[in-house]
Amino acid sequence: MNKQESIIKLDEHLETPTLFGFGRGRLITIVVMVLLLILPIAAWYMGNKFYLDFSARIVCLAIAAVSLNLILGFGGMVSFGHAAFVGIGAYAVGIPSYHGYESAWLHFPLAIGAAAMFALITGAIGLRTKGVYFIMITMAFAQMAYYFFLSLEEYGGDDGMTLWSRSDFGFLNISDGLTFFLLCYALLVLCVYLVFRIVHSRFGMVLRGCNSNEIRMKALGYNTYAYRLTAYVISGAMCGLAGALIANLQDYITADTMTWTRSGELMFMVILGGAGSVFGPVFGAGVFLLLEEILSAYTIYWHLPFGLLLILSVLFIKGGVNGLIRRGWRL
Amino acid sequence: MSTLFLIQLLNGLQLGVLLFLLAAGLTLVFGIMDFVNLAHGSLYMLGAFICASLTFLTGSFVLGVLLAIPIVAVIGYFFEVLIVRHLYESSHLDHVLASFGIILIADTLVQLSWGPEGIAIPLPDYLSGQVEILPDIIFPTFRLVIISSGLLIAAGLYWLITYTRLGMLIRAGASNRTMVSALGVDISSLFAGVFALGAALAGIAGMLIAPITEATIGMGNDIIITAFVVIIVGGIGSMKGAFIAAILIGIIDTLGRSFLKDILEMFIESASADTAGPALSSMLIYIIMAVVLALRPQGLFPPKVR
Repeated sequence: MNKQESIIKLDEHLETPTLFGFGRGRLITIVVMVLLLILPIAAWYMGNKFYLDFSARIVCLAIAAVSLNLILGFGGMVSFGHAAFVGIGAYAVGIPSYHGYESAWLHFPLAIGAAAMFALITGAIGLRTKGVYFIMITMAFAQMAYYFFLSLEEYGGDDGMTLWSRSDFGFLNISDGLTFFLLCYALLVLCVYLVFRIVHSRFGMVLRGCNSNEIRMKALGYNTYAYRLTAYVISGAMCGLAGALIANLQDYITADTMTWTRSGELMFMVILGGAGSVFGPVFGAGVFLLLEEILSAYTIYWHLPFGLLLILSVLFIKGGVNGLIRRGWRL
Repeated sequence: MSTLFLIQLLNGLQLGVLLFLLAAGLTLVFGIMDFVNLAHGSLYMLGAFICASLTFLTGSFVLGVLLAIPIVAVIGYFFEVLIVRHLYESSHLDHVLASFGIILIADTLVQLSWGPEGIAIPLPDYLSGQVEILPDIIFPTFRLVIISSGLLIAAGLYWLITYTRLGMLIRAGASNRTMVSALGVDISSLFAGVFALGAALAGIAGMLIAPITEATIGMGNDIIITAFVVIIVGGIGSMKGAFIAAILIGIIDTLGRSFLKDILEMFIESASADTAGPALSSMLIYIIMAVVLALRPQGLFPPKVR
């Protein structure tokens, strides 16, 4: 992206900050969020549990994508290792559970804390680099985490580990599909709101400033490294939360959640939805999983049209689904 | 112990030259065109599968390899013209995503054409034996062939880049693309040609390893990440750096996998060494890369002119 473009992009975000976007986009965003809540519940009442689990999957991955978007879309840091945080969050549920500690009040803070700690350490080193080097160093750290968990024979190693019961929230029974979905949905709304507030705060302004012109921000006296690192840690922590939810959703934890292809999928969700818009990644996660579901129902070779779509969307669609809506469905 | 060490050293060297063949292509494409090509591993896989089919068709492995090389180069050429060419102006993020899409397509196409099973390539008798290279040290002939052909190709590349007109254009294109095209060089054909060369090198690596490991779907996806580690450790855009780093990473990775556990056992109790050894040895090259990036982000042997 050249400088001119990035300034225009920045200005776009400086329009009156409304949570749901602007004009046509605003209406569609609200409709999508309401549908995402109502459709699966309606299906569940009609006795079809599949759509509830499927929507919970969309919601969980949407949390991960929204958190990646905070640093990728707004901070301009292309992290190619975000799947590691998801995996760490998942193991933070699985490992205590294996030892008999099933309280969610342990699992979730641990997931968020461990992911934040991993983000702090890897970010402190990784953010010394820029551009493609940052892409590669985040990927390297994720690979390290992947091989680390893969070698833990006690916790399943290659085979992964089964989660015998979901995290125990006390008053909230998340073994019930509907309760779990509502919890995920509430957390997604919370995360989107949080990212929205972060992006439009003074902190977020500096972060976006670093993205469009870091030298200028430095000249203005900001410690850009500290701002980037803080954003990276917030993003990692949020992704850890998504990981804890995904572990509970699948009742199964495997190191495969951390492979670099998973990180690539998360990036695709962000780009597909539209990097740099708060709700974009939610669309992205939804469209991604829907496509996966529909295409894989028709053919076992669904990766073929999926890959084609990925290339075409990179070549022709600027700003993802969100950008399409904003421009009135013009490419 | 010392016999085992020497043999593992040779195995490391063999992995190193394979990594160099991949990293050389990445260096050409990334160093000159600034394109992050994750799908380079798909060309490695295609090389292995095409070579397998041609080996069965012609009945000769050598003939299979010789015929497969130009085919992979042509595939690389069309890959550049159809997709990669339109992405030079985009961000690295777009490169990563588009080449990720290409990986998905290539893996599926291979599954459609060759089926989900791996294919073993039979070696002719004169390649499948073992030789005694030093007293008491017996090493498979074919692995020696891999090492020597890899080193020969490395020498050939060195000659090509340092002493030929094409090499001069490649070096010039790497240091100043605009100036080269202003001097009347058809830069887009040059890029396509370089891409095809990189594809051929990756394909050769796949053909060489396939008789040992079988040609399998997704075989390129792990080794390509290691090849990226190589070019980053070596310094992006530097052929010399890629060569040294490839050999280093190959040897370190192989030796780590075989001896790290024993080394750890000298310091900690054997039960924990049993767990920590394999974990640490698979993480070793990534740790090296992270250390290099943190301390010397431009790599160990950065190119002189950028």
